[in-house]
Amino acid sequence: MDLSSIDPILLIAALIVAATPILLAAIGELVVEKAGVLNLGVEGMMITGAICGFAVAVETQNPALGFIGAALGGAALSLIFGFLTQYLLSNQVATGLALTLFGLGISALIGQAYIGVKPPITADLDIPLLSDVPVIGPILFQHNLMVYLSLGIVAGVWYLLKYTRVGLVLRAVGENHDAAHALGYKVVRIRMLAIAFGGACAGLGGAYLSLIRVPQWTEGMTAGAGWIALAIVVFASWKPWRVLLGAYLFGGITVLQLNLQAAGLKIPVEYLSMSPYLITILVLVIMSADRSRAALNAPAALGRPFHASS
Amino acid sequence: MNIKTLLAGATLAFGIGAAAHADDPLKVGFVYVGPVGDYGWSYEHNEGRLAVEEAFGDKVETTFVESVPEGADAERVMTQMALSGHDLIFTTSFGYMDSTIAVAEKFPDVKFEHATGYKRADNVSTYSARFYEGRAVIGHIAGKMTESNVVGYIASFPIPEVIRGINSAYLHAKKVNPDVEFRIVWVYTWFDPAKEADAAQALIDQGADILMQHTDSTAPMTIAEEKGILAFGQASDMINFGPNSQLTSIIDNWAPYYVARTQAVMDGTWESADTWDGIEPGMVAFAAMSDKIPADVRAEAEQMIEDIKSGAYHPFTGPLNKQDGSAWLGEGEVADDGTLAGMNFYIEGLAGDIPS
Repeated sequence: MDLSSIDPILLIAALIVAATPILLAAIGELVVEKAGVLNLGVEGMMITGAICGFAVAVETQNPALGFIGAALGGAALSLIFGFLTQYLLSNQVATGLALTLFGLGISALIGQAYIGVKPPITADLDIPLLSDVPVIGPILFQHNLMVYLSLGIVAGVWYLLKYTRVGLVLRAVGENHDAAHALGYKVVRIRMLAIAFGGACAGLGGAYLSLIRVPQWTEGMTAGAGWIALAIVVFASWKPWRVLLGAYLFGGITVLQLNLQAAGLKIPVEYLSMSPYLITILVLVIMSADRSRAALNAPAALGRPFHASS
Repeated sequence: MNIKTLLAGATLAFGIGAAAHADDPLKVGFVYVGPVGDYGWSYEHNEGRLAVEEAFGDKVETTFVESVPEGADAERVMTQMALSGHDLIFTTSFGYMDSTIAVAEKFPDVKFEHATGYKRADNVSTYSARFYEGRAVIGHIAGKMTESNVVGYIASFPIPEVIRGINSAYLHAKKVNPDVEFRIVWVYTWFDPAKEADAAQALIDQGADILMQHTDSTAPMTIAEEKGILAFGQASDMINFGPNSQLTSIIDNWAPYYVARTQAVMDGTWESADTWDGIEPGMVAFAAMSDKIPADVRAEAEQMIEDIKSGAYHPFTGPLNKQDGSAWLGEGEVADDGTLAGMNFYIEGLAGDIPS
């Protein structure tokens, strides 16, 4: 065992890269849930975003357009969910699960022509001067634009929810849709917008995987990241900065276990591989045991269908 | 339909055997663990399938099912193939072993060929390639070329085939570079590009300047290229994914074997057998050596390939100790195939434990 071979600076930098897809998906889902909608289709939207982004990037040879395509793809898929749950009032849990299965299937179908294809390279953003600062430079200033965008989205969501009128309306819809409706807010329209935002974020997260982290297209390449994103929203008790913490923590475990292995640490690999999921379950158990706290933070109308006549 | 049934009945009645009838093509099925577009392991098996089609034209009909998970799904796919009239079925992953044996028992008239396994039956053959011969060559090159003296190795599952590869590569790297160190990461998958990419990244972060992989995707090669380090391809030529990184690649060439076995079924001479071919018959081949390999190293590597071909050199030649220091092979002694086939120990010098 040779722990000294793990460079903490590189580890943290790798951790940020590994966590970005989950972070993007989770922050999108947070907004959706804040609006009172439970969309369990994150995995499906991520994988759809992954292939849409990949396809667009390959066809146009432009990664930026790829990410836009991914966001549109994820949003389009989420609007199917929105239409079914908001207008046809279908069950949100069942529809969300179906969306995941549908997303996995349709992405595999679109992806047939893209197996083994190389996407255009997304350049790292080397910020002059700042990226040369020891320690902080490699950790903070040598990533690609998407990493900063994901952080920007977290900050934006936090500010929006906390300080703006739009955020207040969104939260009102999520806490009590009847009251919001009585005040004249278009509950369904607001929820549709939130759902589309969530889909776009999940799509970006997926494209981050297929365009930057791997970069390659493979069927089912999200490999459960969407589920972890869902768990992180609960773990973070619907608070944006805690989503950031949660995502880096979970992303970190994956990277850490590979690094510990490479350093020759004697820990059974199976345990390390299952650790993110184990911790997710643990967190969920702890959260649900502490009823008062969880109830304090969960949007009151989460998962409840809304119809203007009721 | 009716005519076909009649013909089949007639051929049976004449005792010719359905397979020999010109109008009734021999059906050959292939089960792949990854997508044919992995540009690694499954890709090469599919190339073998295409070679069979080319060799026999309309005398054969081939089918394949890709991305079949090891376990119950594999058994289902094989059963389906057997039921739909396949005469010969190639199951191309170690993890299909028990499924193959189980299905073969139910369909004694169908011939099965299982890659890299060790369980056989009257209608189940096994075949594999001596990848360790290739690994010896790339180990030699890696030992000569590493500057950080850290070689990263992305391993899939702790099975003899993979362990053999690690031992062979390490042994030959160590021979030419006593300071070389192998960092091994077990990813527990044959094909998961995201995980393989993360593993490659972790190894590079810890100082590896040459990567070897025993997984099927091109993700590690892509990462090596991106980070500007060197790497060896696996199973296929991965030069498209690492034009600057790939030093060479071990290529699995199954085509001659698949053609020969299909021919054997047609001739009625097929028998259960255990085939383990190496560089000499061409089952293990190499992609073009990169210009980055210095001329002398390249000459040595080519000499080693020749020596292995001619039988003058066996990659596991004593004196050799196991990891715990106990003696394995005496001076000049050569490892026997039985030990190699079931290899479950590291050789002396390797750090870490084989996960169990």
